[in-house]
Amino acid sequence: MTSENIFVRYLPLALLAVLWEIAPRVHIVDPSELPPLSAVAVAWWSLLLDGDLWTNGVSSFINWSFGLGSSIIVGIALGVMMAWSTTIDDIASPLVKALYPMPKSALIPVMILWLGLGAGSKIASIAMSCLLPVIISAYNGARGVDQTLIWSARACGASNRNVLWEVILPGALPEIMAGIRNAVAISFIVLVASELLVGQKGLGYLISFLGEGGVYDAMFAVVITVSALGFFADRAYLYFMRRTLVWRE
Amino acid sequence: MERVRKGFLSPTWKRRLLRSSSVILLAVAWEWGARMHFVSDFLLPSLSSVLVRLWDDVISGDIPIALGLTLARTFAGFSMAAILGIIIGVTIARLRLVRWFFDPIVSVGNPLPKIAFLPIFILWFGVFDWSKIAMVAFSSVFPVVVATWAATENVDKYLVWSAQSLGVDRRALLWQIVLPSAMPEVFTGLQIALPISLIVVIICEMTMGGEGLGGSMMTSMRFADSPGVFSGIVAIAIIGSVLVKAMEIVRRRLLVWHAESAH
Repeated sequence: MTSENIFVRYLPLALLAVLWEIAPRVHIVDPSELPPLSAVAVAWWSLLLDGDLWTNGVSSFINWSFGLGSSIIVGIALGVMMAWSTTIDDIASPLVKALYPMPKSALIPVMILWLGLGAGSKIASIAMSCLLPVIISAYNGARGVDQTLIWSARACGASNRNVLWEVILPGALPEIMAGIRNAVAISFIVLVASELLVGQKGLGYLISFLGEGGVYDAMFAVVITVSALGFFADRAYLYFMRRTLVWRE
Repeated sequence: MERVRKGFLSPTWKRRLLRSSSVILLAVAWEWGARMHFVSDFLLPSLSSVLVRLWDDVISGDIPIALGLTLARTFAGFSMAAILGIIIGVTIARLRLVRWFFDPIVSVGNPLPKIAFLPIFILWFGVFDWSKIAMVAFSSVFPVVVATWAATENVDKYLVWSAQSLGVDRRALLWQIVLPSAMPEVFTGLQIALPISLIVVIICEMTMGGEGLGGSMMTSMRFADSPGVFSGIVAIAIIGSVLVKAMEIVRRRLLVWHAESAH
């Protein structure tokens, strides 16, 4: 894409940004309800210099990576096991199917009840919410692996272990990666929601703290930061996914 | 019934028993674990006490009222998202200027964690129903737009061409060719958006209060009323599955004429 194309393509966003700057300045909208973009940028810079953004961001990042990471590992293992053995499938899949449509946010109060107001309940909420999409994608992916591939691998003398690592997992990878992308989106929702609800740390907490204190330009700055992190996490993952799956084309 | 039985149960019954075993086992373990006081009653009230509590709350009217509020907010926001999303999606696919304007907004807005905007919506719309409904609409409009856009763009070209060669005008082309053939994909978008709506409503009720299933769960949690928390989660889980099932039934009804319903 040429630079001119990029300019034309993203012009609407620039127009919105200009509108955001001008509308509160000429009092079309109340500046206390929508601080001008420049004020938000200034507030963001001072939050960055204070270190507030950094310390809370690190705390959020730890919760997020532990929660999402554990759900990915456990989810892939469970999903592949369910696809591998019909007995495990028969035992586990009714439970998975029954819990899958549950609105994930409902788990947060239970996790707070069990694990308290600290990081533990947030990590557990994220992990539990992301677990089911990963299990289902790994299960569907592993079941969808071409049976003839498995037979030919066995005919070549592959052990169970080889079949698992060299046939089933690579075959299931596209679905698993798509499932993880869903899980990334869910993890951000649950992370922010659980931090908005309780706690003394994290970007979600910072948003609600600044909002309750009436420091709206700083609150907008943190909201934009969290949105940008969510957006770039998705884009980076998408890029990684395309790179990893390049052998399929 | 002349079949020769090998063993105590026939294979199909064995399978059925196995398939329900995890649910039964979990229920038994929950009840037994709570009764044996492996963990305190506060952390895990017994299943029977949770079910009794659920039943009491249904009879007393607490849960029906909370459910009504939650569902009203869900559907208000969801219908706004559905209507707006379909209109935007169709116009994006058909009008160049609209596409130019919305393309970057949709591609940036779709992956955003929209829940972070909650305090801004509280600032703009207050802590009552409107902010919750607006939040739901904002969170679930993007999947509908994306699905509608893709669906209207991917309508079978031959279908459009043959309609045009029969002299159909633009309006009829939209209503009788494009929209019906885009229906299955659009509906898939709605099926993604409805669970998101429910998740967001519950988060909004938890953070802002205002009753509803999420609000009453949070109240129970603050009063350390753990049977209330657990009966809340059971109620929410049931509603979630009922809504997902209901959407599947509506889909089958609505798309009865479509090839996907044939098999």
